[in-house]
Amino acid sequence: MAEVRRFTHDSRIPGWDRAADLDKEPAVVPDAATTEVPPELRAAIEDGMRRFPVGDSAFIPALYAVQEHYGWCPPEGIEQAAAVLGRTPAALSAVATFYDMFEMEQLGRKSVYVCTNISCSLCGADELLAALEGELGEDPDVNVRGFECLGACDIAPMASVNGVYVGPIGLGEVPELARQIRQGDDPLPERQLLRRPSADPKVAEK
Amino acid sequence: MTDTLLFKNIDEPGLNTIDVYMAHGGYTQLPVALKMEREDLITELSGSGLRGRGGAGFPMGKKASFIPKGDMQKYVVCNADESEPGTFKDRELIQKNPHQLIEGLLIAAFAVDATINYIYIRGEYDQQADILDAAIAEARERGIIGENIFDSGFSVQLELARGAGAYICGEETGLLDSLEGKRGNPRLKPPFPANEGLFNGPTLINNVETLSAIPSIIKLGAEGYAAIGVKDSAGTKLVSISGNVERPGNYEVALGTSSRELIYGLAGGPVDGRKIKCWFPGGSSTPVLTADDLDVGYDYDSIEAAGSMLGSGAIIVVDETQSVVELAYKLAKFYSHESCGKCTPCREGTRWTFHMVERIKEGTATPMDLDIMAAVQEQIIGHCLCVLGDAMAMPIGSLIAKFRDEFEAEIEANRNERERKLAEEFAAAEVEIEGISA
Repeated sequence: MAEVRRFTHDSRIPGWDRAADLDKEPAVVPDAATTEVPPELRAAIEDGMRRFPVGDSAFIPALYAVQEHYGWCPPEGIEQAAAVLGRTPAALSAVATFYDMFEMEQLGRKSVYVCTNISCSLCGADELLAALEGELGEDPDVNVRGFECLGACDIAPMASVNGVYVGPIGLGEVPELARQIRQGDDPLPERQLLRRPSADPKVAEK
Repeated sequence: MTDTLLFKNIDEPGLNTIDVYMAHGGYTQLPVALKMEREDLITELSGSGLRGRGGAGFPMGKKASFIPKGDMQKYVVCNADESEPGTFKDRELIQKNPHQLIEGLLIAAFAVDATINYIYIRGEYDQQADILDAAIAEARERGIIGENIFDSGFSVQLELARGAGAYICGEETGLLDSLEGKRGNPRLKPPFPANEGLFNGPTLINNVETLSAIPSIIKLGAEGYAAIGVKDSAGTKLVSISGNVERPGNYEVALGTSSRELIYGLAGGPVDGRKIKCWFPGGSSTPVLTADDLDVGYDYDSIEAAGSMLGSGAIIVVDETQSVVELAYKLAKFYSHESCGKCTPCREGTRWTFHMVERIKEGTATPMDLDIMAAVQEQIIGHCLCVLGDAMAMPIGSLIAKFRDEFEAEIEANRNERERKLAEEFAAAEVEIEGISA
């Protein structure tokens, strides 16, 4: 299929420059009876649906379930979720492309988000991201990316390793951290946010 | 210095579990509130002078009083989508004292008679969401969330919803759309969420810190709470201080404390005795202040009088070694990435501002660009459904206004650098054009 450039600048939505296949029938709500859905995926989506009075509210929990199951949001996963939710796959992918944490392309399952927003970049986040990309960029299992403010400016520069907040990370610690990420170990245990006491001196006084 | 309210016992091991929380007097204010008349409870909240801690600073009691009475299904939604760059106070509250938030939320839910309630937490706060999930489960197990709580006849549900990485979902109507399973696009207001919010029902939306302060208000009484702080800025505030400071972190202070005391006294000021170039008083969306404004009191009205906003209470300190162009670049990049795209002035304004700052860095900008950039910011402010565009326009506009000479110097320096490189390349290529030799 021909690649169509619609704009001179790019978009952050993956696949934005791919032309639509006009010969294809428009997607309809997948038949719940014939679409095979892995049982644990179905259970996770239905658990999401139970939490809201309106089924559509479970879109985000459903996409999380798909991503958990496949490691990203593949078309077949979205189709399966659509079958359980009783909506079209397009409705789901429209939501999935809006949010930064849903991967629409297959990437490494281990996610390393490096905060590159203001506070962290004042403390050297760009260098940290470059160093981590240098160490782990080639590894197909790892998805290293710069991310918007992760809400942990007190431990800047920091990274979220599979959801575990670690910081401040010195450039000298990057090889050690990279090794731990590759081997699936606990990342820099003594630098994890959950172990950090409050900075407020009034708290420590008591 | 006043005692800590929100951060009371915050480093107590296991405070996130219900037993430790109750051992420190937790869940004692909820039954007190449940015995009150709803009208009186709202009067109490209004009387405390508590203002919304999420950014807008709207009086909390007044917001609760806007919720209509009647039999329709009402909702309370806690906004835990803390994404404002520089802000991390809610994270610490949720992580270390989730039950305080749940108690405050249940009191608010009773005040407006909301029986279905949600906490919307940003997806990146995975560990915090797990802690909150466990806390909600504990409270449900003890009958604190459920049918007929504390024999008051009030039944309540509370669910946790996770976002998936979108700054705009911190905007209240964007958050509601996200909760309904849509793209997080802000809605046209009015109708305000108090009349037509989640699933078209009346909805009270409050920040984590606002709701966490409610148990203290019931305990101290409206007058007791209002006595803390200064006029029109009652109570204590968590201030997240980050950037180029010695001791970044969350500090609980009475509103009205001087900014110098916060930045130098508590956070230790910039490292190596450097000077402060500028600071954001309320997250990256607020106009910057300079070292001259350090003696301003840290409360809603004083910061506003100084030309900025208290916002979410996040101070980002930038020292003299940092480049303002780099700062503007990061800001514009962030907001153009996070613009949802619904309103044209914001979508295009943030994108083109980003490209113009990029030009400065590449060395292809002209001094005239600064005027165009400043004009673009004016075209954004007030022209969109929500304030995301304004949130870029205000700090960038203030950076250009206050540091114009630095922008101009950098434009000049980068252009010279680029021309020098081009000349070098030209020489290296050994191109010979008739009549001109390199």
